[in-house]
Formats: sequence, structure tokens, C-alpha cells
Amino acid sequence: MRCLASAGAFLVSSAIPVVASAQEATPHPQTPAADFFSLLFVFMLATFIGLGVITRVSRLLHTPLMSLTNAISAIAVVGAILVTGRDHPPIITLLGAVALFASMTNIISGFLITDRMLKMFKREPNK
Amino acid sequence: MRYEIIQVAYLIATALFIFALHWMNHPATARKGVYAGVAAMTLAVLGTLLYPGLVNWKWMAVAAAIGVAVGVPLARIPLTAVPQRTALSHAFGGLAAGLVGTAEYYLWIGGEHEMLTPFKVFAIVAEIILGFLTFTGSLMAAGKLQEIKWIPQRPVTYPLQNVTNFVLLGVAVLCGIGIILRPIDLSYLFPVIIVLALAFGVLLIIPIGGADMPTVIALLNSYAGLSAVAMGFVLDNKLLITAGALDGSSGLILSIIMCKAMNRSFANVLFGAFGQVQKKAEGGEQKPVKQETPEGAAQVMEQASLVVIVPGYGMAVAQAQHRVRELYDLLTKRGVDVRFAIHPVAGRMPGHMNVLLAETEIPYDKLVEMDEINPEMPQADVVLIIGANDVVNPAARHDKSSPIYGMPIIDADKAKMCFAIKRSMNPGFAGIDNELYTADHTYMLFGDAKAVVGELVKNLSVGVAAVH
Repeated sequence: MRCLASAGAFLVSSAIPVVASAQEATPHPQTPAADFFSLLFVFMLATFIGLGVITRVSRLLHTPLMSLTNAISAIAVVGAILVTGRDHPPIITLLGAVALFASMTNIISGFLITDRMLKMFKREPNK
Repeated sequence: MRYEIIQVAYLIATALFIFALHWMNHPATARKGVYAGVAAMTLAVLGTLLYPGLVNWKWMAVAAAIGVAVGVPLARIPLTAVPQRTALSHAFGGLAAGLVGTAEYYLWIGGEHEMLTPFKVFAIVAEIILGFLTFTGSLMAAGKLQEIKWIPQRPVTYPLQNVTNFVLLGVAVLCGIGIILRPIDLSYLFPVIIVLALAFGVLLIIPIGGADMPTVIALLNSYAGLSAVAMGFVLDNKLLITAGALDGSSGLILSIIMCKAMNRSFANVLFGAFGQVQKKAEGGEQKPVKQETPEGAAQVMEQASLVVIVPGYGMAVAQAQHRVRELYDLLTKRGVDVRFAIHPVAGRMPGHMNVLLAETEIPYDKLVEMDEINPEMPQADVVLIIGANDVVNPAARHDKSSPIYGMPIIDADKAKMCFAIKRSMNPGFAGIDNELYTADHTYMLFGDAKAVVGELVKNLSVGVAAVH
């Protein structure tokens, strides 16, 4: 059962590059509607992978899991960089900079504290 | 060429994020997961920096530097404060999404009109509503967990609360629809949506009590992820969508687990204002409570062959985990099998107890989930309850009138003997009497968890000295 599930997850995850590369082949998105659907596909597949992977996470590690996903959702840093970095009116740059600060804080503290917590989980020494 | 490099970096980052979560399935591989996550994030940031048109390097460097300066100390907080930190970082995530959405909207109506397709504007509206409500909601949750004075700890309820909330959200959605239909003419509605989302976040959290925090934190985790997904739709960025969806599904699964562990529905957690409107249990005949001294309890425990310890939020509040570790050592040294029974909602966030006990280097194979330990409870000679209450209340099994009826519990009452450490006879968060405390084989140890466990340790170590 476990095997099946992971095989399924692998199949789904290998489907993502397919969807993604289909998109990359056309640097200029065709029509907004077509683009919208390929993004929806990515969203749906990623959600299924997420559900598959997360249900198998050890219950012992739910707190570190949460801080790890915190750090991962700080991927918003990508948007923050694009807004801050480009030549825009200062007010827009300021909004971006605050977003960049917030995401960077989450990345740094999220990964550091996850590792700090995980370091503590030890087996019985003589086993 | 540059475009291809960026996309390849994103593609690898996506795969690494999935591996990062996959490796969390066992403590032995979990740290590898963190490294995969760090690598993925580095790739994502480097890839993004390759985008053409980036000029404001100084702004970016300063913002990132401040982020690092705040992030490092936030990672060094005591582990009892982890729930607050988690809530705070959900707030930061929501804020980032909300601000990026706001910036994009004003850029588009300020010139890039071709971007204003209904779908894009829909994504922006979703992003800012989710982002800003996560921001204030998580700040409120963090404040409640930190026990900041001016934020009420107890659930706050008022007449028509849910109606008010729904009307507020409904108005925000209507404004959103207006903007989607006429993005430029109705742009004055945009700040209105922001204000409504900020207000909705606050109102959503004030009726929620401490014991519901695990579910709420998990739910806010999910929202923070979904706001990143919406940002991905706004920016046409598949990496944002994938990483956000991973986070969103993680939060969703954790909140489902939490809800199941309390036998409640989402709606009930969010709109039920648990722990507030409990009518006092009928004041009928009160069975007397039996008290035991730490000396007596220590004597019983050293004779036992299996001792099960049930930790709860009280252990975290009293910071008693290191004393518990000493107790564990002394008992193990005498050949007593000591195990910890972990209820999924014990503490203030999913997995809270595991982290506190792991901090004291108690081996993780001794931390046993509720479903695995319950069949063994009848064999346990002693159950020691440290600051847990509702998760061991047998009323959940048979008393249909009890607010916790149906909630799965740790079968502490089935053990041969039960010691419960408690500060006083005040009922737990649900405001209900715990019949376990008046059961025939239960003895109370009154006092602060840290002090009482300390007393137990003292008594046991005297015994050890006498043996040797």
C-alpha cells in the first residue's frame, strides 16, 4: 500500500515537469485562458503531492513540519524580489521591501529553528 | 537562455521542496529534509535574481539584511515559545503576500492595463484577502499564545458574532467581484477590501480559546500557503504555486488531524467559541478527592514495572520538562519501563509535547501516540498525569451531555493507579469536571508541575543513594 502510494506520488511528481515544460516551450503565453488552466493543473497536482507526502510525515515531527512548511511558504520571497528589484515608483518599492523583509525573516528563522528542533530527536543510545 | 536557466532552477527547487517534506516521514532522515529545503530556497532566490530588469539592489540588500537580523534571534527562542513563533511567521507570510498583491494591483492600474484580465484580478483579490486576514489573524493568535495583556485569553463572544463575521466577509467578496468586473473604475474599493480582510482576521480569532489553538494554527498555516499560491497565479509563477500548495495541503492535513483528535468539525472550531458558554455542571454530589504526597507517589512508582506519563499544556507552562527527564532517568535506572502517552492536541500546537520532551533528550521511541498506547494502558501500574486534563477525561467516552463527548482520549482511567499533578481543582479549559480525579484509584498531587516532579525526583534519588 505504502509502495503504491509512493509510486503514485512519483508518477504525479514526474508529471509536473511535463506540464511545466509544455509551458516553457512558449515563452510568450498564448492566450490568458490557456495559461490559467496550465497553472490550475500545476496547483491541483501539487496539492495532491502535498497531501500524499504530508500524510506520511511522522506524528512526532508535526511541530518541526509546521516550521519547515513555514519556511517553504516564504517562497513568497520570489514575488517580493520581483516587486522590489524592478524600477517602480518608490512607494511600490517600499511595499516590496517590507514583503522581502517579512519573507526573509521566515526563511531564516524557519529553517534554523526546524533544524534546531530536529537535532534534538534522538533514539535510545544503546539501540 | 536566461529564461531557461531560471526555469530549470525553479524546476529543481520544486523537486527539492517535495523531497524536503518527504524526508520528514522519519526522525532519522528529517534533517536531510531541512537541507533539501535550504538548497531549494537558495536555488529559487538565485534564479529569481537572474530576472532581467532588477535594479534596486540596495533596497533588496537592506530588506534582506533586516530579515536576517530579525530571523536569527527568532530561531533562538525557548522551545516553549514555539507556538507563538509559528503563529508570528504565519503573520509574516500573510503580510508578504498581501503587500506583493497590493503592489502588483497598483502597478497594473497605473499603466500595465493589459494585465487586468478578470482571472488575474481574481487572483489578486484572493491573494490580498487571504494574505491580510492571515496577517492579523496570526498576530492575534501569537498574542494570545504569548499571553499579551491587552489580548483576551478567554474566547470573546457577543451576540450575532458569526453573522457579523459573515457579513464582513460577504462585503469584502462583493467588493472583490466589483473590482474583478471593473478593475480601473472601481479601484477605490481596493483599500476597502484590505481593511475588511484585516478586520476579519482579528474577528475570526477573538472567539477562539487556547485549547483550539492547534487547529487554528494549522488552519492559518494553510491560509499562508494558499496566499502564496494566489501570488503564483498573479505572477504566472509555477514555483510559487507548487511550494504554496505544499504548504497549504500540509496545513489542511494537520488541521484535519487536530479536528479529529477533538471530535469536532472545522465549523465548530471556528464558529463554536468553545469553552465560553459552558453551563456549570449540575452541582450534585461531589465525590471526595484523594490526595497523595510526593513521597508516597515516589514509593509506588519505584515498585512499578510500567509507568506511563501523560504530559499536557501544564507541563509546558510550568517548564517542567527537564524535571520530567530526571524522573525518567531515575525510574529507568531502577528497571521501570517509562513511556509517554502523547495526545494529538496536547499543548498549543501539533506535536508540541514531542518537541519539549525531545529537547530534554528523552529518546523518541518512548514518545507513544495515543492509539498505540491505549491498548497497553490496562497493564500500566502507574499513570502520571502532568498538566493534562480534558485529554484524559473519561466523560468523553460515555457522558453524552459533556462538551467533549466523543473526543478520543488517553485511557488513563484503565491503569491500575493514577497520579495527577494539578495546581488546584479548577476544571480545565472546557470548564468541565474531570471524573478521573474522583475515581477510586486516582490520587492527586497538588502543586506546580515543576515543583511536584522535582519533589518526586528528590524522593527517588534518596532511594537510589540508599540502594547503592
